[in-house]
Amino acid sequence: MAVGSVAFHAPFKALGGLLLAFPIALFSAALATDIAYLRTAEIQWSNFSAWLIVGALVFGGLVLAWALIDLALAWRRDTRRMAVVFAVLVALMWVLGLINAFKHSQDAWSSVGAFGLILSILSTVLALAAGWIAYSRVDVREIVR
Amino acid sequence: MIKRFLGATAVLLALAACGRSDPGLNQTGAQPDLPRINETLVPPMKIASPVGWDGETPVVPDGFVIAPLATDLQIPRQILVLPNGDILIAEGSGGHAPKVRPKDVIAGVIKAKGKSSVKGGNRITLLRDADGDGTPEVRTTFIDNLDAPYGMAFVDGALYVAEQGALLRFPYQPGQTRITTPGQELTRLPSAINHHWTKSLAASADGLTLYVGIGSNSNIGERGMAVEQDRAVVWAVDRQTGAHRTFVTGIRNPTALAIEPTTSALWAVVNERDELGPQLVPDYLTSVREGAFYGWPYSYWGKNLDPRVHPQDPDKVAQAIAPDYALGSHVAALGLSFVTDGGFGGGFGQGAFIGEHGSWNRQDLSGYKVTWVPFANGRPSGPPVDFATGFIKDGKARGRPVGVTFDPQRRILLVADDLSNTVWRIAPRP
Repeated sequence: MAVGSVAFHAPFKALGGLLLAFPIALFSAALATDIAYLRTAEIQWSNFSAWLIVGALVFGGLVLAWALIDLALAWRRDTRRMAVVFAVLVALMWVLGLINAFKHSQDAWSSVGAFGLILSILSTVLALAAGWIAYSRVDVREIVR
Repeated sequence: MIKRFLGATAVLLALAACGRSDPGLNQTGAQPDLPRINETLVPPMKIASPVGWDGETPVVPDGFVIAPLATDLQIPRQILVLPNGDILIAEGSGGHAPKVRPKDVIAGVIKAKGKSSVKGGNRITLLRDADGDGTPEVRTTFIDNLDAPYGMAFVDGALYVAEQGALLRFPYQPGQTRITTPGQELTRLPSAINHHWTKSLAASADGLTLYVGIGSNSNIGERGMAVEQDRAVVWAVDRQTGAHRTFVTGIRNPTALAIEPTTSALWAVVNERDELGPQLVPDYLTSVREGAFYGWPYSYWGKNLDPRVHPQDPDKVAQAIAPDYALGSHVAALGLSFVTDGGFGGGFGQGAFIGEHGSWNRQDLSGYKVTWVPFANGRPSGPPVDFATGFIKDGKARGRPVGVTFDPQRRILLVADDLSNTVWRIAPRP
């Protein structure tokens, strides 16, 4: 790998990592507020979830764009397989998050319910998995370099 | 992956589209067909975008004529005819519900597409058509600087106006065309949030009591039940003292109240809940029985449980009574007027006219018309009949009916249209 390429990649990776931090934190927080709502029926918890999920989707959308660009760049390299896995995880996270945003637009108990909770768990797990891969990968690359 | 996205988008669009209704269901009358609850991730929505009348008018039955009595109003809602024949029109828009969810932001933008862009007048306009030719000789701003006036009643020489936050009394001299003295506050009305802001008003037959309809502060409690104190109720207000008692409860949004002339009983049109499917829940016309609980938010049409409400309340559901007469799902009935003194005669001699503002929560539009419900012995006696239609043309809304008022002195029906900002006058063909 060329030195110039490394200089180009580092800030790019940092930006990706920053963006990815948002869905990880926001989906996790939405899961917590969903659980709080289901335990208390206090609607404000569900309102929090709704905004947290929207925030996760906004930043998750940018992460997805980043993942697709990264995938294109990695296509002819040996890191392709991990780039594919990462992009698929982020895409699934985002689609389930979108469905969950609509779920949370329903009224009162229907704004969460069992289905909303399952979606929150899945999008949180996918965000964490994507984070695991992304942040591990940076270390691997630095060793290779 | 792109395919996956397209697939997901297609699924969401399909969910949004499955909001068509089954025309085989009869959703009017005492025993409406109630389909199973059909909650979707995206509620079915169809907003009829506004378009001008272009010189045309609503369509009325043979033997009647319709023409605008007044145009260029500022969101006309309800109409009252004074003893001297002067016509009062309450104009305004209320509500100050904060946007607490992303949904509130998005739904507000979507629903605004189906409304007039004119700002509410916060006033009452007076029209005087002394010769009864359908062209008012006098048009004045009767009372100005009101706060979303809606219900009006005239009792014993005084005008009562239900604003979105107060019930006001205005002393009145016969023939007066403008009142500048501020109204006396008979009682404050619940106005925090005001998700449903309209305060409907009717005086009892003996004039001693003023009934005020107060809508719920949410669709089905999604703003929390704390804000539903004194909401989804009808108050009975003592006209002399302003003291009130709660007359009925669980009545989601009683948008118009009126006294049935043969029995002197109080009746209401009520808007029911949304997002349970295109054919749930029927809006209704009902006699308002003191002490009754009409189900909201726990159940609908009697004891049909709404699963969205937690904690549930089986004791309340057990008390819930079914209303008298379904008008159809999502028709948004906002106007109610019983005919008196034989009405228009023929098939329109005894019964009520109902203004239906029209739906948003189904793909096939419902409402957007004025209907007639025939009565016999003080009870509905048959299916509703279309009376004024043509508010929708080619999928676009030319008008949306709100208040309806039958004037027995001139034998005319007045219809407020808050989309084209018109009051229509319907009269038997001369």
